[in-house]
Amino acid sequence: MPTLADLFAQALNGLSYGALLFLLSVGLTLIFGMLDVVNLAHGSFYMLGAYAGLTVIAATGSFWVALLAAPLLVGAVGALVERTCLRPLYRRPALDQVLLTFGFIYLFEDLVKWIWGGRIRSIPPPDLFSGSVKLYGATIPSYRLFVIGFGLAMAVALWLLIERTRLGAIIRAGVFDAEMTGGLGINIQRVFTAVFAFGAALGGLSGVIAGPIQSAYPSMGVGILIPALIVVVVGGLGSLKGSLAGSLIIGQAETFGKAWLPDAAMLIIYVVMALVMLVRPQGLLGRPLK
Amino acid sequence: MIARIVAFAALAGVLAAFPSFFGNYPVKLLQEILIWGIFAMSLDLLMGYAGMVSFGHSAFFGIGGYVAALALKHSAGAVSALLLPALAAGLAALVIGFFSIRVSGVYFIMLTLAFSQMFYAYAFQVAWLGAEDGLVGIPRPTIVGMSLASTKSFHLYLLVLVAATALALWRIVRSPFGHVLRGIRENEARMEAVGYAVNRYKLLAFTLAGTLAGCAGSLYVQFNGSITPDAFFWTTSGEALLMVIIGGVGTLGGAMLGSAAFILLQSLVSTYTERWMLILGLTFILFVLFAPGGIVGALRGRVGIRA
Repeated sequence: MPTLADLFAQALNGLSYGALLFLLSVGLTLIFGMLDVVNLAHGSFYMLGAYAGLTVIAATGSFWVALLAAPLLVGAVGALVERTCLRPLYRRPALDQVLLTFGFIYLFEDLVKWIWGGRIRSIPPPDLFSGSVKLYGATIPSYRLFVIGFGLAMAVALWLLIERTRLGAIIRAGVFDAEMTGGLGINIQRVFTAVFAFGAALGGLSGVIAGPIQSAYPSMGVGILIPALIVVVVGGLGSLKGSLAGSLIIGQAETFGKAWLPDAAMLIIYVVMALVMLVRPQGLLGRPLK
Repeated sequence: MIARIVAFAALAGVLAAFPSFFGNYPVKLLQEILIWGIFAMSLDLLMGYAGMVSFGHSAFFGIGGYVAALALKHSAGAVSALLLPALAAGLAALVIGFFSIRVSGVYFIMLTLAFSQMFYAYAFQVAWLGAEDGLVGIPRPTIVGMSLASTKSFHLYLLVLVAATALALWRIVRSPFGHVLRGIRENEARMEAVGYAVNRYKLLAFTLAGTLAGCAGSLYVQFNGSITPDAFFWTTSGEALLMVIIGGVGTLGGAMLGSAAFILLQSLVSTYTERWMLILGLTFILFVLFAPGGIVGALRGRVGIRA
């Protein structure tokens, strides 16, 4: 029988994985909500973030500088991708855009191998959170607690941004009806670029956050994309709250699955997703399908 | 029509004579192209004709492959090599299709993706499928008394199957059934309103495509002698998708051309540089941006229009 302390440690592990998934999936869901593009290259932005973080840490010695600089870099890459390649495709069927982002997976993965090599590179946690703490008889790496806190803080900050600012109002309007919003005098093209860049930056940010837990390696993007997509589908495409709910569910399902049903661990999140899609195809908190 | 038959026969003749003039390596490349070509054509039936973009087609490739691997170890005949893998993949497609066709667009992509990843996760973990390492040392079958162990006999066998598949698909897309599929691609609601049982047609297309993908998976195992869980991984579906797009969606022949382009790019570029993935990614991006009709579309001079 697992002790209460084990359960507690598992739940916290699941929560920190959920927080990471939230940071990653929220960018994916924002981009989908606004641009109607399922960005398959989102995992690549995550990977780019981790590697950019690695380089910034090597140059400055500070995790915190990396946490700021790497998302900015990845956001710039995102803006470039949107302006040069996605924009010409908005008039075409939505699937062309999905396919385009698929091409970028190959491009980015090979670029990373070229620049940083194919080896696994570990990223040290910041000094402040390099130890561990004892909570209710369980030993928890303090970095995981930081990830949970950071995820929660970001969730609140994003909620405030979307619900309480003018920019947020424009984004909500654009998600609801981009064409109409453009008709009201908003430069919707610029909002598209900004949202894509912001989503990419969030992907990069989660890459830096994941670094100390999972290290950096070229195929990390392809690996994390599927859980992130599952979170978005479970929560509801385009829904911020759904992304949060999906992350928490998938985070716990994955962690407890690994501990209790090791033989079926990898299957569990797919089963959760398939069940949700069959019962509620639009996701837990998504808008009903047309 | 006659010109087409002559061209088809001439092409088959050239391909059949290929091993007499070229060494082992080019022949193997050609065989790989043909096998992936079947896989890509089966995806094109779904994508290009029924308008169903699936990111989970690898499920059926993998099922065909694994079933063939298990069956061939048991008895190396035609039943193990062709019948069982096709049946298993077709059955799986029927079940997965039954659930997946209820949704469309990105949701269809996600659901098919999730199903194929389930198989990946399963194959990756269970011992009876060899877990991470997959199944190795699979013998080639003996079909109607002919052992396929040699490259030349396998080549002939493969060509016959490829030609049969191509002809069957060619007939299917030109049949009334094929026209209904195209109608569904263009306007599903209207086809429904006109009185077609749209879901039944979609399910049949999905099952047919899955069955053919299973055959491709089985051929891949016979060609390679081994299979790993990577056959199920979603990037395998992605590669077939790349081939279809590069070759030209909705043209069948384009899928084969795309397969050739992909495999030649992979093998030729990788002899000059390690950066073949970069070049592949760029090629694909350029095709999506500037030649959405693929190679076939560009050849027809209809760049920008979906064939």
